[in-house]
This record gives sequence, structure tokens and C-alpha cells, in this order.
Amino acid sequence: MALSDLLTLTPSGLYCPEADAHIDPVRPVPRALITHGHSDHARAGHGAVLATPETLAIMALRYGENFCERRQPIAYGETVRLASITASFHPAGHVLGSAQIKLAAKGGCVVISGDYKRAHDPTCAPFELLRCDAFVTEATFGLPVFRHPDAAHEVAKLIASCELFPERAHLVGAYSLGKAQRVMKLIREAGWDRPIWIHGAMEKITNFYQEQGIELGEIRKVAATDRAKLGGEIVLCPPGQLNDLWSRKFPDPVAAFASGWMRVRARARQRGVELPMVISDHVDWDELCATCVDTGASEIWVTHGAEDAIVHWCRARGIDAQPLHMIGYGDEDAETAEASA
Amino acid sequence: MNRFAELLDRLAYEPSRNNKLRLMTDYFRRTEDPERGYALAAMTGALSFAHAKPAIIRGLIAERTDPVLFDMSYDYVGDLSETVALLWPAPNQDRRNAPPPTLSEVILALQETQKRELPALLASWLDQLDETGRWALLKLITGSLRIGVSARLAKTALAALGDLPPNEIEEVWHGLAPPYIDLFAWVEGREPRPVATDPAPFRTPMLAHALDEADFEKLDPADFTAEWKWDGIRVQAVAGLNAEGVRTTRLYSRTGEDVSGSFPDLIDVLADERFGEIALDGELLILRDKLVEPFSVLQQRLNRKTVSAKLVAEYPAHIRAYDLLSENGEDLRALSFLERRERLASFVQRFAHPRLDLSELVDFSTWDDLAAARGDPASAGAGADAEAIEGVMLKRRDSIYVPGRPKGLWFKWKRDPFNIDAVLMYAQRGHGKRSSFYSDYTFGVWRGEELVPVGKAYFGFTDEELKELDRYVRNHTRNRFGPVRELDFSREQGLVLEVAFEGLNRSTRHKSGVAMRFPRVSRIRWDKPARDADVLDSLEALLNCRSATKAQP
Repeated sequence: MALSDLLTLTPSGLYCPEADAHIDPVRPVPRALITHGHSDHARAGHGAVLATPETLAIMALRYGENFCERRQPIAYGETVRLASITASFHPAGHVLGSAQIKLAAKGGCVVISGDYKRAHDPTCAPFELLRCDAFVTEATFGLPVFRHPDAAHEVAKLIASCELFPERAHLVGAYSLGKAQRVMKLIREAGWDRPIWIHGAMEKITNFYQEQGIELGEIRKVAATDRAKLGGEIVLCPPGQLNDLWSRKFPDPVAAFASGWMRVRARARQRGVELPMVISDHVDWDELCATCVDTGASEIWVTHGAEDAIVHWCRARGIDAQPLHMIGYGDEDAETAEASA
Repeated sequence: MNRFAELLDRLAYEPSRNNKLRLMTDYFRRTEDPERGYALAAMTGALSFAHAKPAIIRGLIAERTDPVLFDMSYDYVGDLSETVALLWPAPNQDRRNAPPPTLSEVILALQETQKRELPALLASWLDQLDETGRWALLKLITGSLRIGVSARLAKTALAALGDLPPNEIEEVWHGLAPPYIDLFAWVEGREPRPVATDPAPFRTPMLAHALDEADFEKLDPADFTAEWKWDGIRVQAVAGLNAEGVRTTRLYSRTGEDVSGSFPDLIDVLADERFGEIALDGELLILRDKLVEPFSVLQQRLNRKTVSAKLVAEYPAHIRAYDLLSENGEDLRALSFLERRERLASFVQRFAHPRLDLSELVDFSTWDDLAAARGDPASAGAGADAEAIEGVMLKRRDSIYVPGRPKGLWFKWKRDPFNIDAVLMYAQRGHGKRSSFYSDYTFGVWRGEELVPVGKAYFGFTDEELKELDRYVRNHTRNRFGPVRELDFSREQGLVLEVAFEGLNRSTRHKSGVAMRFPRVSRIRWDKPARDADVLDSLEALLNCRSATKAQP
């Protein structure tokens, strides 16, 4: 079975004609299958939305209860029939509720990865490897220079810096959904038991994580009057707030940023980051290559990121691979300011 | 190596000087000998490895990676050492478990290894190190750390380890070699100060205070001599004999950096046996046809690793001496200024070398006389050299030579800066502490109906004024080009800044054809309409007649 029999690319995004459904569409469509809650994948305004209960809850938190006409929750491993297609959702290890989508037809099956990672993350279900005939993968960090180190080591750098500079506030830029909570959990695992401070824009999602039973310890929202007093403390904020008006009132702030992009010095410097923390919620190069092989797929489509390198790598190993050059998807860390609610 | 690599990594991102110092001092405190001594050597540029060339690194990575993937990666990362550090494939189990090399092992091995053995050695280290370790190793051997740390800053961090003034380190530095065991022992108070075995040591210079004009009431002109303050660089020229009687000559900058390599022509002068064993203090200038060239000409000779014969011929260096610190083994620093000057004058006369002369005294009997000379050096004896004068120096006749900046003995009285009123055109965010502020300002003056940028300033204002300027920028942005904001400016609209600067040069790099020296915002003219800002012609006039004209504030 060829992948193009099952999936096609439309201006709204990937489309499965047989099931009459789009996957992570960038424009409103009648029926959408959503892999996870990040805003470049989960947009408001669709007719019916099929997604994990966590993803649906996150979309409601971000867009309001009326973000679509009809919600259809689907648990990991559960199947649903869409005409002749059997769809199922499986953990992608990216953020809470994130899923790979498997579409099975008579002649074979395809897996759409969404965003995924294979590294340890205590705040979401671990990636499940699915054997398939065709695999549609992201490649946000699709260059061999991207190899993510052990995240615990990166957090240890942060804590060592808090000890060396106890009078400076340590601001950690982290995307509000997923990355922030993972960093909080890692900070706890490193033995930090003081309160972790957060920017107001992270409050709703962080509360949601805690309601889902993820222990993050004492989390406090930064009030305007607190800022001057937070020397030596760890404060998480959306990346766009790191070097903006909001950060000024902190005592001599250290700008840290938790992102896979921090692997490359020029990227960190461009953003004025002083303490880069290479922590990513995407697969790195080695994991990407391994996954392409492990799925057993004979055909690979690369949706977004650095497509060319992984396409070259697959072809050199006799795996048929195509870049899709889809637009509208990016790494969430690239997003600048969020509303400072 | 790993700890050193982490230090370099952190320093590379840390913008603040003070925090860099703390990172380094903390490293020196926590790291044992000889590791920390080699780290100090690496950061002060005291090491070089003849065989380690980028070609070897390229060769190693080419054997291990797909060339297409390498090109894509290099293209993305943009730096060879960093690309290789990140791309280096994970080694097999044995090598991964081998302990990473220490910095000392690396440095000693690099000094002993033959060229053909180097690639294999390097590859085994790269296998044992992590990404940051590999990056630091490659930066170290290719000789460009680029972590924003000067030799001076590293020595200052070492001095902080023992609460010493940095110049104390400089004074013993040039007689010592890595890994500086005795230096650390002294700084930590465990051993006496290392004996300066250097036959041509650096001596901490005596510095002047800026003169506050209110000081004149308290000062008696009869106690002081005056000299021109030349716009060159302050140097110490030293020659001495070592234990074997071999002549050593050095030219030091004001901070103790050995700049001999940049001025082979002056080292030739010092090497002349008639120069004797001498340490003198003076100003390095470029003289052509016996005329002193302005600083912009001298700049052609600064910060160069290699100096061509053509450059030396075209920009001949010269020392204008103003003090003598030591002569044939006798330390003169305890003598009065007048006594030292007499010794200096007689030395200069005896030596009679065209590249060395004596800094002339400026004649005056009252402070008003001196003010007149400062205002118009050309008529007060400086003649055509007046353009290279940035003020006058006052020295107490009876002052002994005190290292550092003692109070009440020497004063510098700079000429007033030039001023123009310019319109704020573009603003860019600052770095470090100022990264949330638009603090770098490009300003322009009128050429007909058009504003042309003439310079950039990023200081001169108070913290309060910075907040006001930042707010103004945010509220008056017309366009954004990446990090740069273009502001609303026209004849009707715009913010006028009074900009002070020290001099003006012709420039082919700027649209306006002029470049300012040391520009800073001296006042924010909230009251002044943009159309009343200065015109380019008035800057042009300054260029043509710099020393005579002063823009009115």
C-alpha cells in the first residue's frame, strides 16, 4: 500500500479522504484528528474534534469551552471506525495527552507521529513504538548536530548557578504547555524543595497538570510586588518574557531557556540567553533515525522541521522518504510572547 | 577538562564583567593544581600549539560522517569547532567508559606529540568527552576561545582569589610560566611572592585623576608642571639583561599586556645597546614628517597579530617619553618628578634616537595661562601637532612615582568635547542587564531634507533617562527590522539628542562619510524640534578645521 492512497496534502493540512478527516489542520475543517494541544497543531473552530481527553481539556482551557462543535474523546489504545478506516491514538511522549495517530485500512496502516520524543518524561505517558507500513514523522530537530543530553544534567546547571549567584533571580523560559511542567518536575527530582515561581500565563495549564495527578510541589504565581524579592529563586516564564518589560523588576536576572535549540550557541546568543538548557520535547537526530527504522515502515513522509537531512539519511538506507514542506507548524519555543494573563 | 569546558561554556554566554570574574574566581578556588594553572594559561593566551590546525579537524570528521549531512550541519551551525563537537559520533563502549582527559594531560600531550600522531590522539579525546568538552577542546587547540575574556580579566579573577590588586599579578606575571603553581600559592597566601626573574618586568603605572575645575582653588600653580596629554597609547618600554647577560626588551601596555609583537620597529630601538637597562614611561604615537598623527592613524597599528614591513614603513611608531622608572638597575620611583625628569632628559639626549623624544613642558604661571593653552594648543607651542592633543597633564613637581591612582599628585585636564544636536533614528536592544531596554541609539543630522546617520551611542544617560528613552522608542516605532526599530522622524517629529564626542574622522563605512570618536548622549533635548537639529555641513566644517572649531553646546 502506498502512503498516497491513504493520505494527501491539502492547504488545510494532512487529509485522509477515506475517513474524511484532517490531521492537525491549520484551518477550520468539518472533522479534525488532533495529536496534541500545542497551538500550531490544535486550533479552534473545527466541526468535530477527535483527540485524547487530556488534549480536549487543554484545548478547552486555551480556547474556551466552545472551541469546536463536537468533542469526541478517545483513550490511548482505543479504536474508532471512520468509514472503512480504523483509527487509534497511542502515546507520543511529547506532552500530557499527546498522541500518535494510527490509521489502518485494508491494505496496510500508516502512523502519523505528531510531535514526539523518546527520552524519559515523568509528566506524560512514554512513547509507544508502533510497527507500520508508512510513517509520517516530524523532524523539528532533524539535523545530526541535535543530540539532546540528559535533561537532569541541564537542570543541575541551573541549580549550580542558583548556588553561585544567590542574589540573582533565575528566569527560565519554557513553553507554557508541557516544557514548563517537565522542567518543574526535573527541578523537583534534582532535590530543589523551595517554591517554584511561575508567570501568570502558565497558571491554568500547570493547575491542570496537577489535577491530573502530576506532583510538582509548591508552585507560586509571581505577583508584581514579588519580583524584586526573588534573588536565588527559580522563576518559569514563557520564552518571550525573558528579555522583556516583565523581567526587569527581578534582581539582576539570569536568563535561562529550556529548549532543544539551545544546543546551538548562535541560537542561544541571538536570544540573549545566558544559561542555555538543552531540554527538548522532540526526538533528537539519533532517536529520529532509530524511530524511522524501528517502525519497519517502507515509506517515510517528513512533515515539518529540517526535512532534507532525514530524507537523505533514509534514502541512503533504501527507505523511501519524501519531504512534505508543510507550513504552519513550528517549534513551540519559537513562539514569542503569550498574553501575560 | 570537563570542568574547564563548563567554565568556558558559561563564560561564553555571560555578558557581565563582574559575573565573569565570579565564575573564574570560583573555578580557581574549586580546582586543584596544575589544572587551574593551565586553565589560566589558556584564558590569558599563554599557550599555542603549532600542529593543531583546522585541516586536521576537518579530516577527522570527514572520516566519520556523511559529507552531505556534514555540509547541512556546518551550514546551519556556522562554526567548525562547534559543528564537529556536536556531530562527533558516539564512540563504542570501551572508549565511552574511559575517563575524559584532564586539561593538564591535553596540554602536555599537545606539546610533546608529533604532527602525524596528533589526529589519532585528538580522536581518542573527542571520543572520551561530551559535547561541551569537545567544543572546548577544539576551541583550545585552534587558539580562538572567543569567550569574551581578556588576559587582563583572567588575571583580575586570579587576583580576587587572594584580594590582591590586579597589577600585583602583572608585576610578577612575565617571569612565570604555566601551570603557575608558585603564583597560585602566593595568591592564596601559602608562599611568598614569586621572585621576579624577568629581566624586563612590568611596573604598575602611576595614573592621574580627572581634574575637577573646582580643584583649582585648592591647588597652587607653582607646585605643578604641565605637559600635553597626547592622544596615543600609554606604554612602558623596558630593557634588561638576564643572568646570562642576554638582552631582553619588552613593550607593555598600560595594563601590563606585552605588545612587543605589534611594534617590532620600537623593539629595534630598545634593542640598541646604547639604550642600556632602562624602564621608561611614555606615549606611543605615530609620527610622519615629525608631525604627530591623530589616533585614527595609530589605530592602523593596534591589535594586529602580524605586522608587515609595509605597515611599519607607512605608520612609523614613536615614543614620547615622560617618565623614567629605572636606569641601570637603579629604581628611580622614589625620586621626585623633577629629579626623574632631569634623569630622563639627559638619557633622551644621550641616546639621541629619532624614534624617541621627550615630552615637552607647557609653560604657564597661572591657571588662566594653562586654560588658554589647553583651549588653543596650536598657539601655545604645539603647532601643527595640536590635533593629536586631548588636553593637559598636571604633575606635582615633588611627586614620587606611586603605582596606582594616588590622590592629589597627577591630574588630567581634558579638552572640552564637541557637541552636536542629532535626531534619534534607530534603536536596538542592549545586552545583559540591558537586554530588555532599547539602549543602542543611532542618530543622524540633516543633509538637505534628509536625515543621514552619523553615529551610534549607547551610554551617557542615567538609568532614569534610559527608562524614558526606552518608553519613547516603544511608543514611536515606525518599522521593525529584526532587532532594530526605526523611529518616527521627520522635520515635524522626532527626538533630539545632544551628542558629545571627542573627534571626527572621515569614514567610507558610513553613509554620511564621517565617524565619531567616543560618542555619547550628553543630554536629551525633549524641548528641541527635530527640524532644528544640526546639519551635516557643520560636521564637515569640523573635519576640515578640527582643532580650531568647537561646536557650541
